[in-house]
Amino acid sequence: MMKQFSYRHTKEAELMSNMEAVSQNPSELTEQELFSFAEFNAEEVERTGYSNYSYWRSTVQAFLKNRGAVALLALLVLLLLFTFIQPYLPGQYDPNMIINDDSGMQYRNIPPGDMFLLGTNSIGQDLWSRIWAGTRTSLFIGLSVALAEALIGITVGVIWGYVRKADFILTEVYNIIDNIPNTIILILISYILKPSVKTLIFAMCLTGWIQMARFVRNQILIIRDRDYNVASRCLGTPTWKIMIKNLLPYLVSVIMLRMALTIPAAIGNEVFITYIGLGLPVDIPSLGNLINEGRALITSPALRYQLVYPTIILSFVTISFYIIGNAFSDAADPKNHT
Amino acid sequence: MLKYLGKRIGRSLLTLVIILTIVFCLLRLMPIEGYFPNYEKMTPQQIQVGLQEMGLTDPLPVQIVRFFGELLHGDLGTSRIYRANVPVSEVLSDKVPISIKLGVLSMIVSLCVGIPMGALMARYKFRLFDKLGTVFIVCIQAIPAAVYYLYIQLYGTQLLNVGLLFDVHNPKYWILPVISMSLYNIAFYGMWLRRYMVDESNKDYVKLAKAKGISESGVMFRHIFRNAFVPLAQYVPTAFLNTVIGSIYIESLYSIPGMGGLLVTVIKKHDNAMVQGIVLLYACVGVLGLLLGDLLMVLLDPRISLGKKEGDR
Repeated sequence: MMKQFSYRHTKEAELMSNMEAVSQNPSELTEQELFSFAEFNAEEVERTGYSNYSYWRSTVQAFLKNRGAVALLALLVLLLLFTFIQPYLPGQYDPNMIINDDSGMQYRNIPPGDMFLLGTNSIGQDLWSRIWAGTRTSLFIGLSVALAEALIGITVGVIWGYVRKADFILTEVYNIIDNIPNTIILILISYILKPSVKTLIFAMCLTGWIQMARFVRNQILIIRDRDYNVASRCLGTPTWKIMIKNLLPYLVSVIMLRMALTIPAAIGNEVFITYIGLGLPVDIPSLGNLINEGRALITSPALRYQLVYPTIILSFVTISFYIIGNAFSDAADPKNHT
Repeated sequence: MLKYLGKRIGRSLLTLVIILTIVFCLLRLMPIEGYFPNYEKMTPQQIQVGLQEMGLTDPLPVQIVRFFGELLHGDLGTSRIYRANVPVSEVLSDKVPISIKLGVLSMIVSLCVGIPMGALMARYKFRLFDKLGTVFIVCIQAIPAAVYYLYIQLYGTQLLNVGLLFDVHNPKYWILPVISMSLYNIAFYGMWLRRYMVDESNKDYVKLAKAKGISESGVMFRHIFRNAFVPLAQYVPTAFLNTVIGSIYIESLYSIPGMGGLLVTVIKKHDNAMVQGIVLLYACVGVLGLLLGDLLMVLLDPRISLGKKEGDR
């Protein structure tokens, strides 16, 4: 503020003396020169205290410096695209079709080879297309859960942290929900409702949002009474504007981290629910289903490929999200911007 | 302090009541077909009689009051299907010891490995050991447990030359389940201890200690470690009490007759009394763990006082 003021002061003085000089010696500057537009000059501009720092650009720049994370992100995007393209490629089997040979016998447990890229499972379905369909389902579950949790969690969390009256009630609600083990809610909900993708997402969000809200609330409590927020309040900024403009940008880094970690956790939860027998029906392939099918064959080494391939994809996806999330949250932290 | 404790325990009890009520109501939402194995063949009268015998026809509040009344007399009810007509408490007391034994062993392993790992990672920050440790932690945290449990079972059993299924009397069979159960906690303790120690090592008293001429390792273990361990100590009681619950994955993978898979089994069998009993156990463990964790923090760190934290909890 001070800097800008003094700068304007000197600039005005300069201008005045210039004008005086011009009036004394009119031939020095023509009319056109006087009223031409100034050109953008980075150095000049910085003197006014203005900086062309953009938060998102710096974040992206910082993220791009992390080569490993960028490579993983590229691979993950390719993988995601491929799960959508794969069904339209030539020569693909339907993931639920049981494939018979000429004599009407099913192709059971065919090892990976020319005809079936990754082999077939115990009832003669093509593992390759099942894996991609499963990856699609699992990624969809993971992303939806993360998105829904973030939406609900952030909204509730900001209100919880910022509005003092809400704090007491929400803290009590948290104490109760937090003490009910997640497993119980997951199991009960997926049992009471019919197993489907929507049910699973619902059950996972039911327990997850409160953790996100709690986390956001704690962060908000730390910054809610910082000077710049007090100033905003004194100047009469509406509460919703303070929340969106002052508080939330501060939390981008930590929220992104939470979201990125929710995705692998949700995918893992899907595997867990399927494992205890309450997951998706087998005609909706998911990574959990595939791993569960593969697990049944664990005793015969020749059929182990049915377990190995889904777990490789699963591990790749979860590790990528974990690493990308960490890298992005580091990049989103203004302390790491140059 | 005593006043705070009294308040806190009162609130915990209230929480327990609310949790049980919620679960109780949820259980009543379950489809009634599940209560009878041969639902299709039964006449409506038979179903009505069956439901009445279980006390399911009464209005919900009446059922809840009756349940809590029995609970106050120490009666958890009797199992209906899982082990017909055996009191729930008896079923549980058969199962709990195995889970506790397994859990305590795994807790000892994870503390004995995780804590030194975290401390060494902080000591040799950004060097090879730290990097290896970070890779380990990332893998364990990111990959769903089901995957590495399976591979441990698959290759571990070959390596140790043991069968896939558990044998209580052969100590060799305890190795794999205990290792599988410990892995996540090792990563957990390692990661947090490293982080707390790194945070702690930037503080002034550490600089002073170094200025006094104490060796690097001396500062690390005599000063930093003791302060950095306090926040972790909060989780130790919860971890200990959680051993009662067991691990669903591991106990079913190795067919260990513990608590692990019990909850899922009884929910599927519509054995309401069993579900309520187990939920009560779970909730008690959670609430008690938090309370003991806070108390332990106060004991370890005289700067923390519980009274002040009241509004925050």
